[in-house]
Amino acid sequence: MSETYLLRMENISKDFYGNKVLENVNLNVKPGEIVGLVGENGAGKSTLMNILFGSETIHETGGFSGKIIFDGQERMFTSSFDALEAGIGMVHQEFVLIPGFTATENIMLNREITRKNLLTEVFGERMNTLDWPKMRSRALQAIETLEVNLNPDMLVKDMPVGHRQFTEIAREIDRETTKLLILDEPTAVLTETEAKVVLNIIKKLSQKGIAILFITHRLQEILDVCDTIVVLRDGKIQKILKPMETNAQEIAQYMVGRELSEQKSSVWEEREFHEVILQVNDLWVDMPGERVNGVSFEVYKGEIFGIGGLTGQGKLGIANGVMGLYPSEGQVTIRGQALKLNSPKDALNAGLAFVSEDRRGIGLLLDQPLSWNIAFTTMQVKEQFIKKLLGGLIKWRDDEAIAKLARDYIKKLSIKCVDENQLVCELSGGNQQKVCLAKAFAMNPEILFVSEPTRGIDVGAKKLVLDTLRQYNEEYGVTIVMTSSELEELRSICDRIAIVNEGRIAGILPPTAPAADFGLLMLGKTDVKEGVESAS
Amino acid sequence: MLAKIQRILGTIGLPRLLIALFLLSLFVIAPFVNVRVDTSINDLIIRFGMNAVLVLSLVPMIKSGCGLNFGLQLGVIAGLLGSVISLELKLRGFVGFFTAISISIVLAVILGWLYGQLLNRIKGDEMVVATYVGFSAVSFMCIMWLILPFKSPDMIWAYGGQGLRTTISTEGYWYHILDDFLRINLGSHIAVPTGTILFFALLALIMWAFFRTKAGTAMEAVGSNPDYARSCGINVNRVRTQSVILSTVFAAIGIIVYEQSFGFIQLYNAPLMMSFPAIAAILLGGASVTKVKMWHVVVGTILFQGILTMTPSVINNLIESDMSETIRIIISNGMIIYALTRKMKVRT
Repeated sequence: MSETYLLRMENISKDFYGNKVLENVNLNVKPGEIVGLVGENGAGKSTLMNILFGSETIHETGGFSGKIIFDGQERMFTSSFDALEAGIGMVHQEFVLIPGFTATENIMLNREITRKNLLTEVFGERMNTLDWPKMRSRALQAIETLEVNLNPDMLVKDMPVGHRQFTEIAREIDRETTKLLILDEPTAVLTETEAKVVLNIIKKLSQKGIAILFITHRLQEILDVCDTIVVLRDGKIQKILKPMETNAQEIAQYMVGRELSEQKSSVWEEREFHEVILQVNDLWVDMPGERVNGVSFEVYKGEIFGIGGLTGQGKLGIANGVMGLYPSEGQVTIRGQALKLNSPKDALNAGLAFVSEDRRGIGLLLDQPLSWNIAFTTMQVKEQFIKKLLGGLIKWRDDEAIAKLARDYIKKLSIKCVDENQLVCELSGGNQQKVCLAKAFAMNPEILFVSEPTRGIDVGAKKLVLDTLRQYNEEYGVTIVMTSSELEELRSICDRIAIVNEGRIAGILPPTAPAADFGLLMLGKTDVKEGVESAS
Repeated sequence: MLAKIQRILGTIGLPRLLIALFLLSLFVIAPFVNVRVDTSINDLIIRFGMNAVLVLSLVPMIKSGCGLNFGLQLGVIAGLLGSVISLELKLRGFVGFFTAISISIVLAVILGWLYGQLLNRIKGDEMVVATYVGFSAVSFMCIMWLILPFKSPDMIWAYGGQGLRTTISTEGYWYHILDDFLRINLGSHIAVPTGTILFFALLALIMWAFFRTKAGTAMEAVGSNPDYARSCGINVNRVRTQSVILSTVFAAIGIIVYEQSFGFIQLYNAPLMMSFPAIAAILLGGASVTKVKMWHVVVGTILFQGILTMTPSVINNLIESDMSETIRIIISNGMIIYALTRKMKVRT
């Protein structure tokens, strides 16, 4: 029985510095089988594939435990070259191509066909000449197997995205030894027709006996092409399904997880809000990797409004756009007054505050003390903590008031530190996040934007951060717009949750809605959503 | 114990410690090779007074993240123009001195603003571009010194009657105007230029105070993390321009202080290498490309000028050949290289 499997991964576990990302994962793949791998961001898909492909980062972070049996042999790939040699190919999420080379050159890279010449006799193999016509025909052959219209002489940098993706795939299938091909979201950047071509390629390759491991966020694709569907959640295999026996909704349910959430959201009683405080109308934000393509929504005074969605779909762009950090267009009104976009100063003056997802990049002054970090924005925007000398001519920094403020927040948020003069770069991630919160609270904002407040901090700190946000909302009536990749987190504190897909709002649901509905919205299935809603 | 020593070493810094020990050893050797220690100390104090303001002028740009001001010559040129205009107007004493400063401040603000606009367009490469800005400004002024319509016979070439001389004496105008202010004579060989030191102290105090105001705090935040500053509603480019203007103005004042003590206004190619000793001094004092404290200016200037005073006399007498210039170049350029490589380490 076991001989029929091309690949067996047994009890794979991996942790990054104590943070478990994979736990006892077992995965079997037969020759020619197409296995679809689905899961939320951070479910462990990429880590699993990196282990299989012998990625260096895995070994630099302490390796993994478990067994990989490939082609009847127990293997442990310590580098990608080993994996390639054994017959595993990988098409990466980000293109790994040389922009200034043609398709042929990229496909044949490091496998160039060469001819001997006079210099070879003297200086050895390295002086072989390239056999261009042969290389071109080999590349063409690989392209033809894909049945796509790709010019082998075109430079990669001049190609549309779809063609780059084809070039990558062509490179992997040109290797005669390839037995297993890993495709990490190959269709994410493609248009629908291009994606179809890729799916056809996948089917064709599997008919040739090449096994495929296929990662995607588009559920329909999985249902269309895969023989087996593996759902990963929190580093564990949640369910193994057959496409004939399931549907998108069920997969989404397994992906997001169900039982846990229902308990949590029941704690939160429903609240009623009437007054609209923030109105966003047709907002476009040009944030690299998180583009927003025209979103509209309203936020009520005093509520906690959640924005969720998968990475790269644009949920982070919304807060950054409103705060003026990335170029944006559209209308944003606060208490009925239009907000000037692309100006952080106006946003801050209008009573907004922002806790950025990029804590170390824009959230903190890492090489400055805690007290500065907390007080700086308030000092610059509201001119607090300033003593005016000579009739306001000199705006002297009031270090005493700043220190007092910092000590207050250190106590209030129980920030672990030596004192208010400690440099922020010396604090742990969770405590740095608390400093960011303190910075925003010090502004006394009416509306607080919080992005990924729990990213990269441990479980205990997570709870504290969320509790703090909720407490501020309840005590001071601060309206909070929270963006997070973790749906559970949103469901545990938000009053309403908007799900963003491909830069647009796919739908807004109450936290009590079934997990499957959120899952479907994340995958852009707005049409299915209505059906589900009417059913529930 | 070992940890304690390491901590002390960490705060002082190894290069500073080595240079300080080297300087100390020069003072110890001095009497044995017939070099008077008291005149050496006197030289050191005078040189400190001459150069300290130029070193101080580097601070704003380091704080705002514009790096080391390799374009210091721009400020120097503003100062030189102010000086020659003041001489042309035949103003003497404190009136002449402060007129020179006022005129050069105006010029420095204009030049600094332009320089700031340029540096805002090439973020990340400030120091490379600044070097060329400094060099080309000096070359451009080589032409201007010849054709500007100055008439004062004290300043123009005796023959031809046109164009400014390469060196112009401040004697009779404001020579030693600060040096001689409240001068204290200690014995026959030490005369402290109290005025110059006080003037530096005043400028340093202004600088220190500036960085305790709202605007100064914003400048430091821009240097620490421009993205953070922007998200706090600060116009990063404007703050950077302010810092460049401030640096240029201080450099202009710095060169005038230098001239009154030195006795000569040096034109043409003289300012070409002005930025290197100042930068070497502040680095020696413990500043890095991105961080600086006021005491770095003082310590750095003393150490660097100390080496400059002591090496010619002591080393030359010791090995009986002229090594002083070589040592000066090794130390100043070596310090700059050291600082730049350390910056690389932080980046990766």
